[in-house]
Amino acid sequence: MGGAAGAPPFNGMSDLALENALSRRTSRRRIRAFDAAVLALTMLGLWQAIGSWTNGVAVSPPLQTLVYLFGLLRTWMFWDHAAATLEAFLLAFALSALIGLALGLIFGVRRFAGEVAEPILAGFYTIPKVTLYPVVLLVFGLGMSAKVAFGVMHGLVPMTLFTLGAVRSLPPVLIRTARVLRLSPGRTMRWVLVPACLPAIVDGLRISFSLSLLGVLIGEMFSSQRGLGFLLVNGMAQHNVPLSTAVVTVIVAVAIAANTLMLRLGGRTARRPT
Amino acid sequence: MTQRRAVLLVRIAVLAGLVALLEICCRTGIIDPLTVIPPSDMIASMVDHVGSGELNESIVRTFSTIALAFVLAIGCGTLAGALVHRSPRLRDVADPLLASYYSVPTFIFYPLLVALLGLGKAPLVVLGVLSAAPAVMISTLSGLDGVSPVLMKIARVHRLSPGRTLWWIVLPAAMPRLFTGFKLALSYALIGVIAGEFILSGTGLGYAISFAYQSFDNRAMYGLMLFVLLVAVIANGILYVWEGRLARRRSTG
Repeated sequence: MGGAAGAPPFNGMSDLALENALSRRTSRRRIRAFDAAVLALTMLGLWQAIGSWTNGVAVSPPLQTLVYLFGLLRTWMFWDHAAATLEAFLLAFALSALIGLALGLIFGVRRFAGEVAEPILAGFYTIPKVTLYPVVLLVFGLGMSAKVAFGVMHGLVPMTLFTLGAVRSLPPVLIRTARVLRLSPGRTMRWVLVPACLPAIVDGLRISFSLSLLGVLIGEMFSSQRGLGFLLVNGMAQHNVPLSTAVVTVIVAVAIAANTLMLRLGGRTARRPT
Repeated sequence: MTQRRAVLLVRIAVLAGLVALLEICCRTGIIDPLTVIPPSDMIASMVDHVGSGELNESIVRTFSTIALAFVLAIGCGTLAGALVHRSPRLRDVADPLLASYYSVPTFIFYPLLVALLGLGKAPLVVLGVLSAAPAVMISTLSGLDGVSPVLMKIARVHRLSPGRTLWWIVLPAAMPRLFTGFKLALSYALIGVIAGEFILSGTGLGYAISFAYQSFDNRAMYGLMLFVLLVAVIANGILYVWEGRLARRRSTG
């Protein structure tokens, strides 16, 4: 912020200012690391406090959960449930990403269709879709396809809306250039639209990722015989508190890790020279 | 204007066409009536069930829970946002938390909340607040960030007291973004509460839908579903129109 940015008259001054700025930056980083550590400890303390305050009726304390979790990770049963969730989630995520991307590009290029569709999609995004889950169950039957369909219902719209917004705010020169070069629609998408909208697409993927995970988990929590959502509700019903707390911990850790990864990726694509 | 009207007309036509298609498919038996009932039946069932008064208690309960969660979320979110905005150090801590908050499916905490707080209104309110408050906080932060320094300088030149600065300068300047947060908060609180009732609860509209599903009462289920979705769409629609008006007033000065 200070003298390092300007053009100081003396070399000695500039060195001093630079050094000053550097030490300020490292001390700031140190403060940040300290604050993050304080935050992590506070959260663990809170978790511990709730756990011991309720005598482990609702939430088991961190250490106990961790020990239980390591035991759980060695059981075949856990991986069976995790695989069921993962399979449904990956299918739902892939479908929402691909269909959402295609719809977003089409609605972005065809302005009129886009303007017709956008409020309908946005309206669908804000309604409580959980209430529609029985319909999904009636249409697809109990099992994998209902979970996948419900995940797609959650993940599809944000992907479409993000892509649509990005294509719409694109400089028109790009689309005109594609037209001048007589690129086919498919090639326009592959070589012009997708690269130009990449940061927004990564953002859309990130939101779509967490929402399709949400959809799949809700589906499993409501009615299913397999999957992590089922394991969680089942653990609660059987008063197996360490089990449900461990499952929640796993889901939270995976969700945050994936989100952080995609945020980093998004930052990198946004900074990339075009 | 004509373009906008054309878009609106086509949009209505598309929606009406979809409903008509569903009606035809159900009436001609292309779609099994045990799976989906015709839209006209849904409306009739909605009028029957809501009009009969048997649901009044559930309706009051659900919407009072949503309203409580909404108000609490706005209060907590705005306060927390303003607090964090004042301190850059807190901001450094809060930003990464807020960025990854919505990647965690909040619903997975619901069974824990039920075990912690019992099966009453409390876990539903907490769930609603948990899903809505961070959105308000994020939009409060971005609204306060968006208040241009010139405006604050003007406030200082006029020697406005902090309270007056807040009322006359900061709030009007930050309002559009704050409002976006309120809109999100409403739909998140609604989704949180109804989903909670749906998954694990003994009362409310969400529970009524899940009960109808489990007792194979399709007619009641579709009627209730339509009612909940209509209320959600209308509530969001009102805020949407209001927000557009705010934005337009702002752009004209």
